[in-house]
Amino acid sequence: MNTRLSKRHSVWLAGVLMGLLFILPVSAQQTSDQPTKAPAASEASKPMPSQQPQPTTVPGRPDIPNAEVAKQLRNVAPSPFGVPADKLPVSQLKVPQGFRVEVHASGIPNARSLRLGDKGTLFVSNRVLDKVYALVEKNGKREAKVIASGLDRPNGLAFHKGTLYIAEGTKISKLENIEDNLENPPKPVVIYSDFLNHQSHGWKFMALGPDNKLYVNVGAPCNICEPPETNGQIRRINLDGSGAEVAARGVRNSVGFDWHPVTKELYFTDNGRDWLSEDLPEDELNRVTKIGQHFGFPYCHQGNFTDREMGWGRSCTEFEKPVALLGPHSAALGMRFYTGKMFPSQYQNAIFVARHGSWNRTKKIGGDVIVVKLNKDGSVKSQEPFLTGFLQNNEYSGRPVDVQILKDGSMLVSDDHAGAVYRVTYGAAKVAAR
Amino acid sequence: MNRAALRLLPPIRLLNVMSACAQSHALMTIITAAIISLSALPANSATLEAQLTACLACHGANGTSVIPEVPSLGGQPVFYLTVQLLMFRDKLRIVEPMNQAMQGLKDDDLRNMAAHLAKLPPPEPSGDPIDAGRMEHARALIEQHRCNFCHQGNYSGEQNVPRLAGQREDYLVKALREYKNNTRRGYDAAMADVLYQLGDEQILDLAYFLSRLR
Repeated sequence: MNTRLSKRHSVWLAGVLMGLLFILPVSAQQTSDQPTKAPAASEASKPMPSQQPQPTTVPGRPDIPNAEVAKQLRNVAPSPFGVPADKLPVSQLKVPQGFRVEVHASGIPNARSLRLGDKGTLFVSNRVLDKVYALVEKNGKREAKVIASGLDRPNGLAFHKGTLYIAEGTKISKLENIEDNLENPPKPVVIYSDFLNHQSHGWKFMALGPDNKLYVNVGAPCNICEPPETNGQIRRINLDGSGAEVAARGVRNSVGFDWHPVTKELYFTDNGRDWLSEDLPEDELNRVTKIGQHFGFPYCHQGNFTDREMGWGRSCTEFEKPVALLGPHSAALGMRFYTGKMFPSQYQNAIFVARHGSWNRTKKIGGDVIVVKLNKDGSVKSQEPFLTGFLQNNEYSGRPVDVQILKDGSMLVSDDHAGAVYRVTYGAAKVAAR
Repeated sequence: MNRAALRLLPPIRLLNVMSACAQSHALMTIITAAIISLSALPANSATLEAQLTACLACHGANGTSVIPEVPSLGGQPVFYLTVQLLMFRDKLRIVEPMNQAMQGLKDDDLRNMAAHLAKLPPPEPSGDPIDAGRMEHARALIEQHRCNFCHQGNYSGEQNVPRLAGQREDYLVKALREYKNNTRRGYDAAMADVLYQLGDEQILDLAYFLSRLR
């Protein structure tokens, strides 16, 4: 606690110093490739608020940033090209003893959601690009083949009896018999399109429920706001697009969910709001025990405090509380329960969660896969790091988005930053098996 | 890839793009110059040279645009330019002449074009008269919405975030309105988050400020 306080203090002091630097003429702040031709005197004579020394980096309220703090708080854009296999940081990745991690596929720019077909085909989606890929074996080599393109943020994938469902920004489509037609895939056929068009949290995560319905998140179209009635929810829809209803509300933006293998209850991750503070709120792991429950957004965050703008007159007791907090700004995204046979028994029915990693935080956290172990009653027993090493010196060499358990019990992890898919195995003998 | 085909494609595309641009603005001199310079160069560099000439016919000879609603490209971060070119090629952004111009280009073509364009000098700020009150109003807005976090304190941009300082005012208004009404897709959703909270009057003030920024 003391170290944290003193750290904050020194950040504040640094802020004051940076504030003093703002007294300098504007030309001094410009990049070095620009000649300093502006006469300093005339610049300095203009009335500018930045001429007053100000404490610029009060934690949580960096309204006027100093350059270094602002830089650390910036979003990190993924490469639109993808990193070649030999440049991937696999050697610096860490997994618990007995596990191994290898590159499963590379050169899939912006690799996002993972979904397995009945015949074992892995499908990989995009968020900032327009494609959906299938991994195919060709002459003993694994290749990513585009099976659909020209799509609008096709982040969400679900699979049911031979049909791949794709959730885009404003619609859900299907590709029937896709695994039999990978060489000549059919055009997507729209089954549902009752979504507002919005960029902010407009991409969708989608999964097939145990009730054979498509569950899809409909995010809040903002960082923090009173969302329209149609948004801030997880919705479920029949496979033909009929019967839409709200499965969970008060959800800011969930980019991952799965069902408990025994209780069949829906668990989902939810991303907390930005620009509140370095340490608050934390991302949530939630459990739906009754369809239609409200999980607090935008009024209550992490089950225990009301929002500074939207929370007046509200109480957190009105809403469902999260079963676990997954770290401030950590961007907990894809998650799956582990039901495979390869990993040790302590991982049985545990949840693997891909944390994409923070942007709205000076000291980045996440950029890893954690394992959340549950008690018999479905409450959370523990959470532990599982796959780490992407985040070093406050920079990412990869950002996990989704996890997928293969039939042999190994686990795939997608990385949209470097455009890769990694595979985690347990036990030395099984590494070579595909 | 067939080299002869490559050599043939760009001039055709070049003419299409230029005619799209020249329809409203008589830039026939530049077009003629472009065709002459194209025929005088060896195949590979001619391709890039021709592509760049086509770019600059609309975006301004030194990367500073003189055409309404067409952005200046000089001094833009190379990553931003690469991503935008890719978004035009893959039709993630729909702007007909740009989609046409980027059609069929390879990733390396995009990288090379972006690298050259980024080296052009940043645009000089608009010489229009400055209303100090309006500038202050916009500056407060900018601090409130933290534009200066991502676009930097001097609005020179970085990585995937574009330079705004000295950009054409009419283009800034157009871009902000398109973000606001969801007709322009960002590479990420950062601008949509901000524009959700802004009205048209504020858009006009922001564009006024940024285009006049020194």
